[in-house]
Amino acid sequence: MEQAPRDPERQLQPAPLEPLGCPDAGLGAAVGKEAAGAGEEDSGVDTMTHNNFWLKKIEISVSEAEKRTGRNAMNMQETYTAYLIETRSVEHTDGQSVLTDSLWRRYSEFELLRNYLLVYYPHIVVPPLPEKRAEFVWHKLSADNMDPDFVERRRIGLENFLLRIASHPILCRDKIFYLFLTQEGNWKETVNETGFQLKADSRLKALNATFRVKNPDKRFTDLKHYSDELQSVISHLLRVRARVADRLYGVYKVHGNYGRVFSEWSAIEKEMGDGLQSAGHHMDVYASSIDDILEDEEHYADQLKEYLFYAEALTVRTFSLKGMTTKLFGQETPEQREARIKVLEEQINEGEQQLKSKNLEGREFVKNAWADIERFKEQKNRDLKEALISYAVMQISMCKKGIQVWTNAKECFSKM
Amino acid sequence: MDMNSFSPMMPTSPLSMINQIKFEDEPDLKDLFITVDEPESHVTTIETFITYRIITKTSRGEFDSSEFEVRRRYQDFLWLKGKLEEAHPTLIIPPLPEKFIVKGMVERFNDDFIETRRKALHKFLNRIADHPTLTFNEDFKIFLTAQAWELSSHKKQGPGLLSRMGQTVRAVASSMRGVKNRPEEFMEMNNFIELFSQKINLIDKISQRIYKEEREYFDEMKEYGPIHILWSASEEDLVDTLKDVAGCIDRCCKATEKRMSGLSEALLPVVHEYVLYSEMLMGVMKRRDQIQAELDSKVEALTYKKTDTDLLPEEIGKLEDKVECANNALKADWERWKQNMQNDIKLAFTDMAEENIHYYEQCLATWESFLTSQTNLHLEETSEDKP
Repeated sequence: MEQAPRDPERQLQPAPLEPLGCPDAGLGAAVGKEAAGAGEEDSGVDTMTHNNFWLKKIEISVSEAEKRTGRNAMNMQETYTAYLIETRSVEHTDGQSVLTDSLWRRYSEFELLRNYLLVYYPHIVVPPLPEKRAEFVWHKLSADNMDPDFVERRRIGLENFLLRIASHPILCRDKIFYLFLTQEGNWKETVNETGFQLKADSRLKALNATFRVKNPDKRFTDLKHYSDELQSVISHLLRVRARVADRLYGVYKVHGNYGRVFSEWSAIEKEMGDGLQSAGHHMDVYASSIDDILEDEEHYADQLKEYLFYAEALTVRTFSLKGMTTKLFGQETPEQREARIKVLEEQINEGEQQLKSKNLEGREFVKNAWADIERFKEQKNRDLKEALISYAVMQISMCKKGIQVWTNAKECFSKM
Repeated sequence: MDMNSFSPMMPTSPLSMINQIKFEDEPDLKDLFITVDEPESHVTTIETFITYRIITKTSRGEFDSSEFEVRRRYQDFLWLKGKLEEAHPTLIIPPLPEKFIVKGMVERFNDDFIETRRKALHKFLNRIADHPTLTFNEDFKIFLTAQAWELSSHKKQGPGLLSRMGQTVRAVASSMRGVKNRPEEFMEMNNFIELFSQKINLIDKISQRIYKEEREYFDEMKEYGPIHILWSASEEDLVDTLKDVAGCIDRCCKATEKRMSGLSEALLPVVHEYVLYSEMLMGVMKRRDQIQAELDSKVEALTYKKTDTDLLPEEIGKLEDKVECANNALKADWERWKQNMQNDIKLAFTDMAEENIHYYEQCLATWESFLTSQTNLHLEETSEDKP
């Protein structure tokens, strides 16, 4: 077994594992333009904004998306989308904001940031990224990554990702995150220099060891069950929702055919003509209204998807030895696998031994991990409730539009 | 619910019917009420067929009684239609439902098919009863009142098969000569019929398609609500919200079902009847053209002295009368038909719009009450938090 890995937290000063110190200290340094933060304490602020203190000071937005072409690692031409990230600092007193930084990033850089955070903050529920490729697509919705609607929704998702990090009491203080927002060139190299990829394996082993002790914390096994269920139910819901959307689209669009035929028919009718013609117009309005309605619903689906990805991430954190083995070793003969498993088990046993001797650190880890999970649960309940309510609001809007169109149509019909 | 005689659900007591009648085109009080119901299956060694019960109530003197009950099968309806067309070749006879529908039929006699047909047959007889001329047709009276064996023997009278075939051959032959002198107003009528036929067929297809899409939407929605219940089982804080959402979706689902059935009651049968009417109309135009063609060929014969011309002027005189009668009958009936068509179409689409309005109103109420309950809950919670 290799020597005990150097505590990776110490490298490059990402936030240590202690609970929150003075929140503004790191913040003042990060913003850079203000004096050392010690003097700017947010005293008298209630607990809600305490957690969102970054949001008070800093506004982050992913304001634009742009198609670019460039050459990739294999010197082949590729097309990708770049996103403009703007950071503004908000003046305390009058709420005016000043643009402090703006740079362009592509999706793969967001991924890099996230992978880094996953390794360095194993006890934190790191926010997920919006999907790389369009999934749960109903037939009229494009699965093309370059589709403007998809790009727009992704832009919102990326902004949401950054805002969630910025509002996390621990993650917001990370230097690499700060550099992501402020240092366009060389950022990738900086991240790679942390050597975090190498740490990944040993981190995962250490993490796994925590969950492999003889009496795993029941809360974590419950969490695993919950996240499995959540994943499964949200996937199911999104699939059915996509099918419902498809059918709804069909119902609305077929009515549009009435418009065309009524119009043609009205040409041969003397008394009925006007009524038919104007009714036909309303049928066209009805048919075209579905596009906006379903576009709004996609945003709702995205809100659910975020928590689907959260759940997926939670499941991975607590994966079992079996999964890890296949990941590490791939396809092998049973004998080879047996041998390697034996070695790994020895390593883990040694890890367990180490853990027993580092009991205090372990308990501290678990305590912090659980604190973040509690924070996450509250956030999840708030967000999902809000999402469900916004779904109801969308349905109400759709119904009101429907009533209006059909009332107009009815009037036309009755005048025929 | 308007006590329109076209509605198959109307009550059958004569007194209530006379009191609650809605006037259509007849200013006179209606005195003939017909219902078609109780389809029954009959199995013999040769075939299986369905009969329908027909109840007639009337105050007319020429009927022997005031109430009649008979059973008829589709074949009998076909016979009646044929007789009416024979007697009144240029009147617009109401259409019969199709013999069978090929698409999407598993067996000839499934319940939906029978019910649809029953309603259409009911409509057919009532339209005849409301027609100022057809209502007094003798074969119609026999159809409504004769016992089974009486009807059979009556059917056997009248021109035999061979003479009927001869008629058909002559008709085809004369129509082959083409219509050279169709008067202007009938040209217009013909154009209208062609265009109308196109459009109503399209509308029929569109309406059927809408029904199909609504059905598929309904099927998916049935699964959508329960998923939220499933989800609520693994949640704590969100349980009530999720259950409420599931309830809303289920209620909207029921509202969709109601909308669907409204469509199939109010719109689809009416549109389809006019599809069949448009085919009827083309037949009527052909018959009118044939009658005129007969006259034209005789006139031609006289002009060119092709055959023995002694009797021709008299024949021509009779045929001219015949043509004039036929044209006048058609013109009058055409106006009546157009008026009815406008009313029926207007009513059918207005009903459809009403169904949709009602559907959206129901869904709106459901979601609004959900929103209110969520807001109230929130207010309760925040007031609880305050010390």
